[in-house]
Amino acid sequence: MALQQMFSINQIQDQIIEEFGIFDQWMEKYEYIIDLAKKMPLIDDQYKHDRYLVPGCQSRVWLHAEMAGDKVSLTADSDAIITKGIIALLIRVLSNQPAAQISQADLYFIDKIGLKEHLSPTRSNGLVNMVAKIKSTADTLKRCH
Amino acid sequence: MSLAPAKKAFNVAQVRKEFPILWRMVNGHPLIYLDSGASAQKPQSVIDCIARYYREQHANVHRGVHQLSQQATQAYEDAREKIRQFINAAHAHEVLFTKGTTDGINLVAAAFGRKFLGAGDQIIISTMEHHSNIVPWQMICEQTGARLKIIPINKRGELLMDEYESMLNDRTKLIAVVHVSNSLGTINPVTEIIKLAHQRDIPVLLDGAQTVPHMRVDVQALDVDFFAFSGHKLFGPTGVGVLYGKQALLNDMPPYQGGGDMIERVTFEKTTYNTLPYKFEAGTPNIVGGIGLGAAVDFVSQYDEQEVIAHEQDILEYATKKLTDIDGVKIVGTSANKASVISFLLDGTHPFDVGTILDQLGIAVRTGHHCTQPLMDFYGIPGTARASFALYNNRADVDALVAGVQRAASMLL
Repeated sequence: MALQQMFSINQIQDQIIEEFGIFDQWMEKYEYIIDLAKKMPLIDDQYKHDRYLVPGCQSRVWLHAEMAGDKVSLTADSDAIITKGIIALLIRVLSNQPAAQISQADLYFIDKIGLKEHLSPTRSNGLVNMVAKIKSTADTLKRCH
Repeated sequence: MSLAPAKKAFNVAQVRKEFPILWRMVNGHPLIYLDSGASAQKPQSVIDCIARYYREQHANVHRGVHQLSQQATQAYEDAREKIRQFINAAHAHEVLFTKGTTDGINLVAAAFGRKFLGAGDQIIISTMEHHSNIVPWQMICEQTGARLKIIPINKRGELLMDEYESMLNDRTKLIAVVHVSNSLGTINPVTEIIKLAHQRDIPVLLDGAQTVPHMRVDVQALDVDFFAFSGHKLFGPTGVGVLYGKQALLNDMPPYQGGGDMIERVTFEKTTYNTLPYKFEAGTPNIVGGIGLGAAVDFVSQYDEQEVIAHEQDILEYATKKLTDIDGVKIVGTSANKASVISFLLDGTHPFDVGTILDQLGIAVRTGHHCTQPLMDFYGIPGTARASFALYNNRADVDALVAGVQRAASMLL
C-alpha cells in the first residue's frame, strides 16, 4: 500500500493493462478477477449497510470513502464476485489518491483490459454508479478539506 | 367462417431455420438464446412483413381517402381480426391494440378504476405478479382509496386457492392475476380463479404475457373479462400488444387517453367518444406493430398447439433433470404445472456472476429479480438466473446451458 501511494492514477492503470496483457483467454482473465475478489480486504461491517449502498440494479455494491491525510481512502464490497473483482481493480487505481485527481480521472484501463461492457450503463451491475459516486464523493471531500 | 387450414408438422430443426438471429455468434460462440421470456426472437415471415409494410403499404390509418391509407387500414384491421381468431374473442372490437401487456393493465387500472373503484374497495392480485401487475393497481389505489389484497403462495410457487377463495367478499371489485409466472413458470389455475370470482360477479383480468408464446387461449371458453399480452413475446414486434376486454365492460369504462381517432365529435364545450375499439386507441397507432403482430400470429398458428406444447415440455423436463443433477443447483418454482421457464440458483454464487460467465459462452439467460421483487422477497433471495425456452429451442441448447453452469461453478466456487 505504501508503495502504491507513490504511483499516480494513470501509472497504476498502465500497470494493470500490462498485467492483463498476459491473458489471451477470457477464462483466465475472469479467473484472475475472481481471485482478486477473494483476496480483497473485507469492508468494515458498519459500512455494509443500506446507507452505503450504491444504487444499482442486480448486484449490490457498498462503498465507503474517507480522507486519510490529504488522500481519499476507499473501501467497498459487492455480493457478486465478478463485480467485486472489478471493484478491487477500481480501488487499486483510485484509493489513496488526492481527491482532485480522483474526480478528474479518465478510467481508460477498463476498456484496454477488455472489460468495457462491465462499465456500460446497460449492464446494471452498479459499477457505473459506483464510479460516479466515488467521483462525487471525492468532489465533496475536496471541498471540505 | 372458413375452415382452419391444415397444420404444418412441427419440426424444431425446420423452425430454427426460420429465425435468422439464431445463426449468429456471440463472444465467439454460436448464440444459445434462452431469454425468450424477456423477449422472443422474430421469424423471417415477421421480419419480411415489417419490411414489406414500410416498402409498399405505409400511410396513416382510419382517416385517408387515398388508396395507400385504405390499404394500410385494411392490413391493420385484418391483423385485428387475425388476433380475434387467435384468442377466439366474440368481436374484433373487443381486441384493443396497446403498447404491450403493461399498457393494457394500466388501461384497465385507470379506466376501470376511475369508474368502479372507491374507498374501501379491494383488488386481488398474487404474490407472484410482475411489477406491471402490481404498480398500476397501487397507483389507482392511491387515487381511489381502494386496497390491494395479495393471494399467498407455497414454496413450490403455487397459489393457495383456499386463501384466495376466503379473500373474496362484497368489497372485491377485480381480480388481476398472472396466468403463467415469468419468474417461476407456474401455470396458474385460471379456470378455477375465474369461476370463483364470477360466482360473486367479480371480473377477472389475466396477465397473459407469458401465456400466448406457449399455449393457445380461448377467451370465451375461459370466460375471462380482460386478457393482456405483448407482441414481442409472441415472436412479433416490440411496442405493440393486445388488451382483450368484454364488450359490455369496455363500453362501461371511460376512455383511457384522449386524442385523435378516439373521438366522435369534438367541440370546446363537449366531446363525444368513438365506439370500440377506437375509444381506447387515441392517436396514430403502432400500425406496423399491429400488422407485424398479425404475421406473428400467423406464424404460431401454423403449428399444431399440442405438438408445440409436447416439444416445450420435453425441453423443460430435460433441462430440469440435467440442471438438478449439477451439485448445488436449486430450481426456484417447482409446480407440477409449468410452462418452459426455469429459474435456478447455484449455491454460493450470485445469479449475476453465473449470467456473466454464461454470456461469455454465448448463452443468453436473464438474471436478477425478473421484475418480481415481492416474489424474490418471499423466497428471501436477491434474484435468480432464468432460462426461458421457446419453440425454437432444442436439447442441444439445454446441453450448452448445463455445460455453462458447470463451467461457472468451477470458476466461481
